[in-house]
Amino acid sequence: MEILLVFIIGLLHAGGLYMLLRRSMFKMIIGLILLGNGANLLIFLIGRLVKGKPPVIDEGLKVFADAYADPLPQALVLTAIVIGFGLQSFAIILIKRVYNVLETDDLDELNSTDEEL
Amino acid sequence: MMLLIVLSGFLFSALTRPIGSIFKQALPWVFTALPVLLFIYFCSQIGVVSSGDSLTWTYKWVPSLGLDLVFELNGLSLLFALLITGIGSLVFFYSTYYLKGHAYMDRFYGYLSMFMASMLGVVLSDNLLALFIFWELTSISSFFLIGFNNEDPKSRKSALTALSITGLGGLVLLGGIILLSSIGGTYSFSELLSQRNSILSSSSYCWILVFVFIGSFTKSAQFPFHFWLPGAMKAPTPVSTYLHSATMVKAGIFLLAKMTPLLGGTPAWNHTLMIVGGITMVYAAIHSLFRVDLKGILAYSTISALGILVFLIGVGTEKALLAVGIFILTHALYKAALFLITGIIDYQTGSRDVSQLKGLQHVMKPVAIAGFIAALSSAGFPLFLGFLSKEIMYEATFKYAEIGILLTAAIVLTKIFLLVAGFWAGISPFTGELPENLKATKKPSPILWVPPLLLGVGSVLFGVFPALIEQSLIQPVFANISGLDTSIYLALWHGFNTVLLLSILTLIIGTAIYFQWKPSEGKFARTLRFEKISPQTLLEGFAVGFHTFAGVWTRAVQNGYLRNYVLSILAFLTVIMGYRFYEGVSIYLDWNQLSEITPSEVIVVTLMVISIIFAIVSTSRTASIVALGVVGFANCLFFLFYSAPDLAMTQFSIDTLTVLLFMLVLFKLPKNKIFSSKRIRIRDAVLSVLFGLLIAILTLEVFEEPSVTDISKYYADNAYLLAKGRNVVNVILVDYRGMDTLVETTVLIIAAIGVFSLIKLNLNPSKEQ
Repeated sequence: MEILLVFIIGLLHAGGLYMLLRRSMFKMIIGLILLGNGANLLIFLIGRLVKGKPPVIDEGLKVFADAYADPLPQALVLTAIVIGFGLQSFAIILIKRVYNVLETDDLDELNSTDEEL
Repeated sequence: MMLLIVLSGFLFSALTRPIGSIFKQALPWVFTALPVLLFIYFCSQIGVVSSGDSLTWTYKWVPSLGLDLVFELNGLSLLFALLITGIGSLVFFYSTYYLKGHAYMDRFYGYLSMFMASMLGVVLSDNLLALFIFWELTSISSFFLIGFNNEDPKSRKSALTALSITGLGGLVLLGGIILLSSIGGTYSFSELLSQRNSILSSSSYCWILVFVFIGSFTKSAQFPFHFWLPGAMKAPTPVSTYLHSATMVKAGIFLLAKMTPLLGGTPAWNHTLMIVGGITMVYAAIHSLFRVDLKGILAYSTISALGILVFLIGVGTEKALLAVGIFILTHALYKAALFLITGIIDYQTGSRDVSQLKGLQHVMKPVAIAGFIAALSSAGFPLFLGFLSKEIMYEATFKYAEIGILLTAAIVLTKIFLLVAGFWAGISPFTGELPENLKATKKPSPILWVPPLLLGVGSVLFGVFPALIEQSLIQPVFANISGLDTSIYLALWHGFNTVLLLSILTLIIGTAIYFQWKPSEGKFARTLRFEKISPQTLLEGFAVGFHTFAGVWTRAVQNGYLRNYVLSILAFLTVIMGYRFYEGVSIYLDWNQLSEITPSEVIVVTLMVISIIFAIVSTSRTASIVALGVVGFANCLFFLFYSAPDLAMTQFSIDTLTVLLFMLVLFKLPKNKIFSSKRIRIRDAVLSVLFGLLIAILTLEVFEEPSVTDISKYYADNAYLLAKGRNVVNVILVDYRGMDTLVETTVLIIAAIGVFSLIKLNLNPSKEQ
């Protein structure tokens, strides 16, 4: 299964980078999101896969009695997902504004400064 | 005590504004008191130092870097300290009148005292790292002083040239200092001295020499770095007097003299210095004959004099080193006087053209006297200090092994030309008939003519009674440079010998040339024909070329396209990582350790691959967004399969939100367009695939390493015991790393504010409505 996930991670990174290099702002955001997903999955995978053993201590116990999934990468990824969302939403709104004002989605046409608007 | 003495200049400089607001018009006088007091202090130390002792003060600064402020007052540093503060006093005093009413008077004195302090630091520092810092500070303060008339573009350009040459030289010097300390294990000069043998036999000795030489040559304007000095004459005349004749340009000489006992005495040292100094002294002396601007003449004769000093250090015999000591003093006395006189002439008549100035003795007698003394001392007439130094110089070269004749010829030639230049600067403007247009010239203020006259008195006094300086000043300097205890003897009369003959010959030929040769614009113009191959033109050409190259390079790399930055960064990363993998990849996979593949997972993986590809290639925005949503949910399922319910929940809600937001906002946007050409798309695709591949390989490599779970284990073990929570992920987020989460929340709030204001912001009201 790890091999399949590694493949997915590679694909997400490749696709993300390709989209990031496009001139369209919309595609850029798609690229950003794909890259984010890829990175999250990568961190998660590096913590090793453990099936069906969430890092939650059973009721009535004070410490783990059994093996458990590594909680640290999970905490990191959780943070990353939330921050990623902040970034994405800001970017989405930003390109909407840009489109409203300039009526273009092409990054190369954004070469005027505020005063010229 | 010494710390205060050295740093007082910086203190004054920093307090320029408050001093200015308290003392107002008296500000120049307050500043003038500083060098005078310091001069008196250093005079009081002459007795101690001349008895052969050296005084040391140590202050800790940055011990971990081996950087301490250790000030050592020995013969060499005392002579320089006296010159710095003594001529400094005169220059500070002179400027009170010369720059009277100038808008930036306070600034001028601030820079000047900063310069004085840096210069004192250079000559007194025993720690080479501290010496370097002060060395660079002199370059920086001289930059401000040369560019003092900052509204003049030429002035600014000269300042920049001087700074880049001397600053660059300083940087090279730092290299030499670091090499020295890496061999000796210390930055302290006195400690390095005891390791002379290991330094001389070290393989990097040659590099140390190159670095120290470049540092000294740039500072002391040696060929081919000399051209910044004539340019620096754009500075106000007191600055030229102080920095560009008496003190700063001698810093390079000082360094060479200081280094002589440590690095000197080898053929590489002696021959290089003799050649460079020799070329410089002859080249600059010839050049000085073709100038018509008084300051131009003085600039080139100064370069020539510096060349003589380097040359003499190169000759390196006892006599030569003795000559170095005396000539430093001689030159400072007469050259500073000539500069000050030039300043007076310029101030009173508004002209520095030597072919126009005549007969000024009728209007400024005291200045004329000072001029005559300085010119005669420079020429080396008997009874002037210049005579003494010239005699010893000739003697030193004449007795130098087989090539003595050649060296003597070079120095006699230089001396003849310098005599002519000195006469042009110090005598020519005062003799002859006063032309009509100068009749109205006013008598200069005593504040202007007293300083050059005092310097003249020094030249005569020490020239007639050399015993005054023999034991007190020159002997300790000689002992420092040569490392010998031989006692020296300065005499006016050596009897009839070849040296005296040469001396007389110099005077006769020089005076003859003076009467025959008239500098004129025409002759000056003829020298300009050689400009094409002058070091200055070549170096400037190099600078222009470098500038152009930098421009092309910057436009190629910093082209303003964000995606090109990403492209070049990642392409570089891919190449580097690719090379690393090419060297050898070690992927170790224990198939038994891997989780098994279940059908449900295969379905999710397939779904994910399809949606990723679809999100990329789809021409419809809506379809892309939906595909993106699927990718997110598939991700979410992975989290769920592999024991991360919190992640799954978060991913689920966030993904839903993103898709909704996208849909709402981008609903109105047109279809996806393809902007780039096919070639670019293929290029990007190739890079992307390579990048993805590398990330995948990297991930596989990570599996080889055992997973380190110490931190996780600590968190998990104590989750309930310490933090009273059963869900470890949650405990990490809100308890162990609670502060991080708080900051993260802040980031989200900032993003929310950004989003909100972007929605509300109305850039162009009319258009929006």
